[in-house]
Amino acid sequence: MDPVSKFLAAWKIPIGAWGKAFFTFLTDHFNAVFRGFSNGLNFLLDGLVDALLLLPPVLVVALIALLAWYLQRSRALAIGVFIGLLFIINQGLWKQTVETLVLVVAATIASMAIGVPLGIWAAHKPKVYRVMLPVLDLMQTLPTFVYLIPVLTLFGLGNAPGLIVTIIFVIPTAVRLTHLGVTSVPKAIIEAGEAFGATKSQLLWKVELPAALPTIMAGLTQCIMLSLSMVVFAALIGAGGLGTEINRALGSRRIDLGLEAGLAIVVLAIVLDRMTRIGVGDKK
Amino acid sequence: MNVAVDFKNVDIVFGPDTADALAMVDRGATRAEILEQTGNVLGCAGANLTIHEGEISVLMGLSGSGKSTLLRAVNRLNIVSRGQVLVKDGEKMVNVVSCDAATLRRLRQNQVAMVFQQFGLLPWRTVEENVGLGLELAGVPDAERKARVDKQLKLVNLDPWAKKYAHELSGGMQQRVGLARAFATEAPILLMDEPFSALDPLIRTKLQDELLQLQKTLKKTIIFVSHDLEEALKIGSHITIMEGGRIVQTGAPEDIVLRPANDYVRDFIANVNPLSVLTAWNVMRDRRDLESAGRGWTWLDRRKTTRFKVDKDGLVAAAERDGKPVEWVSCTDVEQHPEDGTQVYWANPGTPLKTVMLAMHRSQTAPVALFDEQSRFVGAIGVRDVLSAVLRR
Ligand SMILES: Nc1ncnc2c1ncn2[C@@H]1O[C@H](COP(=O)(O)OP(=O)(O)OP(=O)(O)O)[C@@H](O)[C@H]1O
Ligand SMILES: [Mg+2]
Repeated sequence: MDPVSKFLAAWKIPIGAWGKAFFTFLTDHFNAVFRGFSNGLNFLLDGLVDALLLLPPVLVVALIALLAWYLQRSRALAIGVFIGLLFIINQGLWKQTVETLVLVVAATIASMAIGVPLGIWAAHKPKVYRVMLPVLDLMQTLPTFVYLIPVLTLFGLGNAPGLIVTIIFVIPTAVRLTHLGVTSVPKAIIEAGEAFGATKSQLLWKVELPAALPTIMAGLTQCIMLSLSMVVFAALIGAGGLGTEINRALGSRRIDLGLEAGLAIVVLAIVLDRMTRIGVGDKK
Repeated sequence: MNVAVDFKNVDIVFGPDTADALAMVDRGATRAEILEQTGNVLGCAGANLTIHEGEISVLMGLSGSGKSTLLRAVNRLNIVSRGQVLVKDGEKMVNVVSCDAATLRRLRQNQVAMVFQQFGLLPWRTVEENVGLGLELAGVPDAERKARVDKQLKLVNLDPWAKKYAHELSGGMQQRVGLARAFATEAPILLMDEPFSALDPLIRTKLQDELLQLQKTLKKTIIFVSHDLEEALKIGSHITIMEGGRIVQTGAPEDIVLRPANDYVRDFIANVNPLSVLTAWNVMRDRRDLESAGRGWTWLDRRKTTRFKVDKDGLVAAAERDGKPVEWVSCTDVEQHPEDGTQVYWANPGTPLKTVMLAMHRSQTAPVALFDEQSRFVGAIGVRDVLSAVLRR
């Protein structure tokens, strides 16, 4: 080794140790808080899954198809959704799909609920956005496995930590697309609002948000897709659903099982994407 | 006449630190110098302009001369760096530059409405929802809002389109929506920033006519930005010409055409047909400047072909042309008289110069007399007066 490298290696900055100390500190002092939160969340998610599983699967499928029709006014889509979900039942993966669906929907709702206001805030305050940007980059690029570990130590195993890692991964997209939508509202229509005496909040609700809505909705669809892509990772820390099947297939090298669960995820992805995307049906 | 908007020494500088730029403005620096030395853009400098109620005041100038900047100071879409912008608010004048947010909002909702060049309509709203925007923001109850919106839509002939979206309408129709939206608030002051520039010439002319027609009954105070002199002359009761952020001349259309303040203005009006703005009043020689012909007679022209005898009340008692007595008749019915020079025509101060010229032509270049409302002799126009006005010499 050359002397410079040797010198540098000798003086290693103990980032890992610091991080570990920080998380140990958290678990030592706030364990009850994190576990309490985690248990509550698990209870909620499991309850929701159980409730959905109480209903006959075909009824749930029909309801989802109905929702698809209501959202997009497209009969073809409703039929497609119906058939796709029947296929999942046919593959014997209904329970896992419901678990995944609940996780994805919960993660998406939470991400939008946090991400949209943050995005609006960032759009109005360029300085805030400049501070936020590196954090968002970090959240999106830090390998998922790296934050699985601390989340696991803080929240334990189960659906709740799965939900939390998914949210961490998905929020940046909600923030970015909301920011994009709000900052690209044409100046002319903002000025029209101002010129007719809009207050700040009127401007937000009557001009900026309606104008940014298509972009925000695109963000919603993106969030759903990204949540789905996290399913396999979430399963590693005990979240149920299709991800568990895939991990099991991987562990026991079962091509058939992997294929079935993989296809179910694809079907779910397509169904959710078409249902939430603007401009699928006859509506403009 | 009451003042509706009053600009007092208004300076507008765009940039983070305006102090240095304002100091340069005081030294009379140009926009280019200010930009080079301070990095700030001079929007407008030392603007003084008074706009009375019921006027259509047109701001004119080349692109970048600061017209929009000055206009947008009226509802504080632009922040004024220094000076006052007084806007009539009921019985008092409010300084928009320094008023609080609530007052500004009230002014924007009730006193000052705006029409935009690119229409500024909200694409997700129907025509009627767009027209109702100002009322909605001001919290006008639904029923009243609907009634007022319907009324405005009828006024601009858009009622069949109420439920359509803006993109389903042609440009001309979209701007009528913009007009209706501004009218709906019943604000007495209207700001129009090149409202018709984005439209093709035919539609533009049509909307200009419609605006003038509406103005006859609505009697708004309109500040209108335009870079089209024909448009300015057509609709403006006053015209203000701007150059490099400064006002170079302000006055009635014919003042601008007859007495351009500098070469910039002269260039502007170079292609204007003076006949479209000039009236008899603008070119006449005053009675007191006419040469006496003795014993109560006055020569109407320098060539001494025609003279009037005027009594002590200012009324014409007798007329002579080339030594022979002639009649004096109004030039409004010039077509009905023979072209033989057996009469002298008279006009009113407001008679278009075109008509005066026709009368001259039909009377073998005889001078045309000018009578006021009480038929008193006030002045005369000779051929040379007409020629110098038309040639601007
Ligand atoms: N918000 C702004 N920030 C910085 N500079 C501005 C801003 N608005 C206008 N300016 C500058 O101020 C000057 C005057 O602009 P203004 O828009 O008033 O011109 P205008 O006479 O309306 O021209 P046009 O006919 O092109 O609309 C221009 O140099 C312009 O670049
Ligand atoms: Mg402009």
